Amino acid sequence: MLRFLLRRLALIVPTFVGISLLSFSFIRLLPGDPVQTLSGVHSMSPERYAALIHQFGLDRPLWQQYLEYVWRALHGDLGTSISTTHSILSEFLTLFPATVELSVCAIIFATVIGIALGIVAAVKRGTLLDQATMGTALVGYSMPIFWWGLLLIILFSGILHWTPVSGRISLDFFIRPVTGFMLIDSLLSGQTGAFRSAVSHLVLPTIVLGTIPLAVIARQTRSAMLEVLGEDYVRTARAKGLPPWRVVGVHALRNALIPVITTIGLQVGTLLAGAILTETIFSWPGIAKWMVDSISRRDYPVVQGGLLLIAVIVMVVNLIVDILYSLVNPRIRHVR
Amino acid sequence: MKHVTYLVAAAALAVGMAGAADAKTLIYCSEASPEGFDPGLYEGGNTLDVNIATYDGLIRFKVGTTGEIVPALAEKWEISTDGLTYTFHLRHGVKWQTTDYFTPTREFNADDVIYSFERQIKGTTYLPDTTYAYWGDMSMPDLVAAIAKVDDYTVVITLKQPNAPMIANLAMPFADVVSKEYADKLAAAGTPGNMNDHPVGTGPFIFVNYDKDADIRFKANPDYWGTKPKVDTLVFAITTDPATRLQKLKAGECDIMPYPAPADVAAIKADATLVAMQEKGLNIGALMYNTQQKPFDNPDVRHALNMAIDKKAIIDAVYLGLGEVAINPIPPTMWGYNKDIQDDSYDPDAAKKLLDKAGVKNLTMTLWAMPVSRPYMPNGRRAAELIQADFAKVGVTSKIVSPEWPEYLKTSKPVDRDGAVLIGWTGDNGDPDNFLTPLLSCDAVGGGNRSQWCNKDFDALIKKAATISDQKERAKLYEQAQVIFKKDAPWATIAHSIVTIAMAKKVTGYVVDPFGLHHFEDVDVAE
Repeated sequence: MLRFLLRRLALIVPTFVGISLLSFSFIRLLPGDPVQTLSGVHSMSPERYAALIHQFGLDRPLWQQYLEYVWRALHGDLGTSISTTHSILSEFLTLFPATVELSVCAIIFATVIGIALGIVAAVKRGTLLDQATMGTALVGYSMPIFWWGLLLIILFSGILHWTPVSGRISLDFFIRPVTGFMLIDSLLSGQTGAFRSAVSHLVLPTIVLGTIPLAVIARQTRSAMLEVLGEDYVRTARAKGLPPWRVVGVHALRNALIPVITTIGLQVGTLLAGAILTETIFSWPGIAKWMVDSISRRDYPVVQGGLLLIAVIVMVVNLIVDILYSLVNPRIRHVR
Repeated sequence: MKHVTYLVAAAALAVGMAGAADAKTLIYCSEASPEGFDPGLYEGGNTLDVNIATYDGLIRFKVGTTGEIVPALAEKWEISTDGLTYTFHLRHGVKWQTTDYFTPTREFNADDVIYSFERQIKGTTYLPDTTYAYWGDMSMPDLVAAIAKVDDYTVVITLKQPNAPMIANLAMPFADVVSKEYADKLAAAGTPGNMNDHPVGTGPFIFVNYDKDADIRFKANPDYWGTKPKVDTLVFAITTDPATRLQKLKAGECDIMPYPAPADVAAIKADATLVAMQEKGLNIGALMYNTQQKPFDNPDVRHALNMAIDKKAIIDAVYLGLGEVAINPIPPTMWGYNKDIQDDSYDPDAAKKLLDKAGVKNLTMTLWAMPVSRPYMPNGRRAAELIQADFAKVGVTSKIVSPEWPEYLKTSKPVDRDGAVLIGWTGDNGDPDNFLTPLLSCDAVGGGNRSQWCNKDFDALIKKAATISDQKERAKLYEQAQVIFKKDAPWATIAHSIVTIAMAKKVTGYVVDPFGLHHFEDVDVAE
């Protein structure tokens, strides 16, 4: 196990070098230069131009810029935003809980419903129910998030008035951030109805962000279940006369879940990509929207720092999933 | 905290007995997060919206006009006959806002004005890596020599050279006045950066809280020197996507929203619960020929090409009808606009004849299409395609190029640049000089003057107009300059766009600002 851990940890180094290079080159690969972009159609004085070029460090050799960038990043200094002048790390930490809250809800939603649908489809294989479930999953997987989000808003908020359109909580409530998680902060605030409002604001974005992972998990669960249901030990269990729910829910599901866990782990990347659109549509103040806003206001240090942070998070989550997976499935640990 | 209980009470009342709560809240669905709260540091419209809620300048533009200047923190002012000295007499009894984080011990006076201007004159900001950007962009360092205090309620600004647009510059938000006492207190506490996070102004609304990227809360300033705000609470609910903003407006989650998607404007107008207010924007979208390059150095060729362009079709397809045909380089809402000028009429046959007369055959040219959307040009590529087709009808072949935006801005500037460039401008201060000097003066050739057009008569007129303080006289000079412009045709003037603000029927008192800012002190919501 230790060996596996060490090997897996060693892999982090080249991955980090890769993502740091990528986020570093992004800003330098743009045509023109970022300072020129900042000034737009207005002309900029040569002094200010030179000062900004220096501020970006663009007047030094590339290798020097890169090494300094990595050195600083490793010490938690990702620079400051050009527009807000706040430290990039502190902005990230302010906004990150909102994204985590939404992503966790989305992944729980996707996992619970996805696994349930997958099991039903596998058990009822070949029936209309199976086809309908898998057909819906395929549609869900191919759904353009932006369109899907707006559609839900128009239906549930615009026509039915069941859910609010956007934001994290009704503006009637004034919640001072304590943990940054609105579900917790609204409870802590003790204001009547605040928690309820926070939950109602989470419903639509959770569904929108969870749709693609749900589809993937449902399909993965179905195929894993089908494989396991055909195994000898399942037949034995059935022959023993165990109730069907026990055979499916305990004996088969436990083994079928192994590949599903990997799938769920891999969905973290998908979730962050989906969050870009979901947070934009629902005015959700998280890191994905922060990145989009920074791109549109050409705040390159934020884009660069944000990319690195997000990539590191995906890397770390994948590492955790791999470790969990090796705990669930000992065979992985021993593969050379 | 008092405010929390107040809001809770309001919410409880709203739930319990709808409509009984008498606290009025106005929710504005703003289009982007503010960059900061210091009025001197930023140029983005959405940031300035926040600034003007909290701060005041010495003078300001009357809301809804394109440059009518009215008193604010200065009750009156005089400009010396040589145009070099501006004396401002300050308003007495103006209170600085009391907030959770600052309690003023004195009223507004000349020290605050001196401090606010001197920090920009010196250019030293209290935050690393920031500049007083708008101060620089309006060429204030070249214009302002010094600012001095005469007494507690009189300040004098002296200029390096007479400059008539200066008074309009001083009405812009970057010239708003911040509290010296607050700045000193923050500096002493070692937290000068708080100035940019927790504003203290003299304006109609007091800053309460900002949840990053989510919402900004203000309360009405009970001590405001002007007409008291009609609402008790003002909230900016940050909603970037225009489709979401519209849904929020429809669902009653906000009262006012700026910039609906053009395709939605017709639906808003048709909705009985909503109102769409429209105003001609202070901008111009144009096609700028390189007048130093053959055959575009011949005015006849430029006129011919202008006649080949069907501007009406561009307005329908590119601006989705939300624009009007541009004739002059300044918009018609601006003073000094010459309304007697005739546009080159759309006439492909006449265009062809004129090209023949000029001896131009089988012309092949480069057409620059903006890769980004701007208010003055919502879709540069589509506009270029339409122009390309129009040119083809008169036998001119054009090749569309569309480099990335930074590259576009840079490579379209040089004098030897090829062909014609689609670009535009949005005004800052409502002064014609703010359009004509950066875009058409001889000094701007190789820079913002992308038509590389240097006409001595035109240049002399706008230079002279900038030094005279009498607006009527200046207007006459600008009218003459526009005659020269149109005769020489360095641009195909295409359109001035129209901005739309949508709001609920219950909102009253809102006035659309041609500068594109949003003012809420006079806005009320019916219960």
